[in-house]
Amino acid sequence: MPTYQQFPLPDAGEGLTEAEIVEWHVAVGDTVEVNQTIVEIETAKSLVDLPCPWAGVVTRLLVEPGTTVDVGTPIIEIDTDPTGAAPADAPGAATASDGSASDEAASDEGASDEGEPVATTGAVRHVGRTAERRGVEPGGSDEIEAARDSALAGGAQRESVLVGYGLAEAGSARRPRAGADPAPQAPTTSPPAGTASSTAASSSAAESSAVASSAATAVAPPSARTTASSGLAPAAASGVTPARATHVLAKPPVRKLARELGVDLDSVTPTGPGGIVTREDVLAHAAQAEARTLATYAKDDDRAWLASGTVSVDGRQTRVPVKSVRKRTAEAMVTSAFTAPHVTVFHTVDVTRTMKLVEKLRADREFADVRVTPLLIAAKALLLAVRRHPEINASWDEASQEIVYKHYVNLGIAAATPRGLVVPNVKDAHRLGLHELAQALGELTATARAGRTSPADMSDGTITVTNVGVFGIDTGTPILNPGEAAILAFGAIRQQPWVHKGKIKVRHVTQLALSFDHRLVDGELGSRVLADVAAVLADPAHGLVWG
Amino acid sequence: MSSSGLPHADISPAAALGHGQTGSPSGSTAPAAPWTPAATPGGPAAAPVPTSDGRAAAHSTSPAASPSPASADAGPLTEEGLVQLLTPSGERVAHPEYDAYVADLTDDDLRAMYRDMVLVRRFDTEATALQRQGELALFAQALGQEAAQVGSGRALRPQDHVFPSYREHGVAHVRGVELTEVLRLFRGVDHGGWDPVAHGFHLYTLVIGSHTLHATGYAMGVVRDGLVGTGDPDKDTAVVTYFGDGATSQGDVSEALVFAAVNQAPVVLFCQNNQWAISEPTTRQATVPIAARAPGFGIPAVRVDGNDVLASYAVTAQALERARSGGGPTFVEAFTYRMGAHTTSDDPSRYRSSEQEEHWRRRDPIDRLRAYLESRDALPSQFLASLAAEGDALGEHIRTTIRAMGHPSPASMFEHVYATPHSGVEAERAWFESYESSFLDRPGHSEGSHR
Repeated sequence: MPTYQQFPLPDAGEGLTEAEIVEWHVAVGDTVEVNQTIVEIETAKSLVDLPCPWAGVVTRLLVEPGTTVDVGTPIIEIDTDPTGAAPADAPGAATASDGSASDEAASDEGASDEGEPVATTGAVRHVGRTAERRGVEPGGSDEIEAARDSALAGGAQRESVLVGYGLAEAGSARRPRAGADPAPQAPTTSPPAGTASSTAASSSAAESSAVASSAATAVAPPSARTTASSGLAPAAASGVTPARATHVLAKPPVRKLARELGVDLDSVTPTGPGGIVTREDVLAHAAQAEARTLATYAKDDDRAWLASGTVSVDGRQTRVPVKSVRKRTAEAMVTSAFTAPHVTVFHTVDVTRTMKLVEKLRADREFADVRVTPLLIAAKALLLAVRRHPEINASWDEASQEIVYKHYVNLGIAAATPRGLVVPNVKDAHRLGLHELAQALGELTATARAGRTSPADMSDGTITVTNVGVFGIDTGTPILNPGEAAILAFGAIRQQPWVHKGKIKVRHVTQLALSFDHRLVDGELGSRVLADVAAVLADPAHGLVWG
Repeated sequence: MSSSGLPHADISPAAALGHGQTGSPSGSTAPAAPWTPAATPGGPAAAPVPTSDGRAAAHSTSPAASPSPASADAGPLTEEGLVQLLTPSGERVAHPEYDAYVADLTDDDLRAMYRDMVLVRRFDTEATALQRQGELALFAQALGQEAAQVGSGRALRPQDHVFPSYREHGVAHVRGVELTEVLRLFRGVDHGGWDPVAHGFHLYTLVIGSHTLHATGYAMGVVRDGLVGTGDPDKDTAVVTYFGDGATSQGDVSEALVFAAVNQAPVVLFCQNNQWAISEPTTRQATVPIAARAPGFGIPAVRVDGNDVLASYAVTAQALERARSGGGPTFVEAFTYRMGAHTTSDDPSRYRSSEQEEHWRRRDPIDRLRAYLESRDALPSQFLASLAAEGDALGEHIRTTIRAMGHPSPASMFEHVYATPHSGVEAERAWFESYESSFLDRPGHSEGSHR
């Protein structure tokens, strides 16, 4: 009777977990001696020649060269009693009895003989045939293979393995305690779990194979069954907590704390060196778990709202790092709001004539290529007001204690973009005719909405318009763009009852607000500027007069 | 290997001792180059020169051609001044001082040494293979250092006590320690299972150099027990501690040298300079020969060809005799080479050349003695055949013993903690046994259980 031994990859260093098979020095069919070098492996530390533990004939090479496998993985199978073959295991008979099972067996082995004709592999594929010959259907061969491999790896030959050498699966289950819920200790013939085929495989293997049955009795009873039935998770069958594939690193006091707090260490994100779960990690995880039980809006509302954000540990907040546009906006607003004393003046104005002008211009062929909006007229009105009151177009130079009056107008337009608020400006807007201004505004807003506004577009503004009206808002108290002395808010235009020529009429009415830097702009100047803007919007003919 | 325990060293140290009357250098060709206090470069003799022992005095006053500072300048790897009785090709060369120590060795004695070395090397090979087969967690080969170990070990008397590091398989063997016992440590079964008193061979020490202090302290105790300088060869006791070149960089070794010197402790500090402290070469441990350090502590030193089993025997015999007679410590540097890896976790090809290994392979200690014995026609084929069979049997014995080693009872860890019963340990043992018995799969429940 041939006796097959599988050599599990040893830990050739101290605490290594895997190694690469570099080169086999033997082939299937070779006769090997004890301590003959059979394979060269490469560990994290070195190239190592492995000596054969047994004398015999190589029956299978289980790992291809170039493959990295875990310590404990069987890498070669050796028949240590090749001369004692039973008749059925003669090569020819073996091929016959192996039959269809060989192909399936080969498919999950990845061995070098994979895909070769059965006739050639059959001669060396003895193992597991005992079970197959006992009448298990070919479909069960995977389980048989697995059961046999497990039995060989964890069975009689591996009982004496050491720490780090790939204990049988039995070793990975927690040891059963007398006080705990006793795991079912049923014999392998009546396992409570597992598929029909694996049940058949495990019981057949256990009954018919001396190796398998000795393994089943030798290993710890609760997990012997799962060992023999192709590696089902021990927990699935016995309720015993399975060991994790990768062990959580934590110091004993931290483990104790986690137990006390009911925290599953597996779910804690470690922050300690080398992936150690620290006391702080456990506490944070516990606090988070507790907070998440508090209602927010609905179930599953403990996820980050924004892609760029992360959810807070208690699941109740999304935190987004402040950067780029938001960061610049915040800095600009703080600088402006807390250095320039803001004053805001308001004016409500009948812009019906402006609306009529907009309609006319929209019908005008000359303006066909640009977008004519009330904002365009408002911008032009502001430019006209600046021409009449150039002092408004200025800035405060704190460092040199000077007021800087600009001989040019770079007209800023506050634009809401996907990236946030940006305020590009139309350079030398005071030189532009209405059509050119419309063109410039169109390009500027298009660029901004596309997110391509350059820093140069946004620098050196002198005065700004913010069109809060597009959001249906009447008006507001805008904050100055830093370095500027005034900003005009243009509110929503609504049809309202309005006293017009002594009668109440339905008119287009809007509100204007002008914030200015009171360090250099007095209430009078600010008011005059706003009044002029309102006058143009009330009667665009003022443009003819003042232009 | 059939019976447990290998025959004890059967060379009578007394025989060697009988040749205490070292002839003073008689106009010989190759003067010894022992490192003595007198040879301390540039300084007056620090000179706690042993005076109670005529030979030691002769030793220390024999430096007609004692190493000059120039020798020290030759660096730590110089072969100048190495005591050598067998050349690498197996030629016996005369030595004025040390010939006397080997004069009584018979061919049988030499064959016994040869057998020791061959068996220890077989053990080395088997253990290394077992580690590669997953049966040992780790192994440290003695390959290449057999002569230094067997030679020095054979010079011991039964009452002497050895403090080894972890590579002294050859010494363990000649002290009668069953070599598979050594593997219990490397398999992780226990911390070393032999009785140190029965074999005069302490447990292996993995901490580098710390045991040199234990040895020195033990030797100081030997003096207080009145077991030094009595003149009774069965009573006078010496202590030997084995350590490596790398250990001499440890503070512990320096402390041991200080205490050994000022207490004139009967200890032989036997340094096997195998030239590698894992991957660190001796040239980065010292700028002078390792042995040149000892005179600074007031300890006479000698450098010996560690691949020459006869010279190792002779030099150790002399040092032991000095210790037993009250002459104080001796520092022996056995200049050898670690042919294998530091341990099975090491890959020496990453830090040293194959040319260097080949150079030392040609200076193999076993080949050297074999060549000498063959030249004397003292190695009959019958002996060799029987030794080969013995080696194969040893290999088989090691393999089967290791695989059947099993696991000691967990409660056994509480044994031998104290020499006498101890209530604290007993309480811990009781708790532990109760805890262990709460498991359903506790040992003993099923034969061959993993636990």
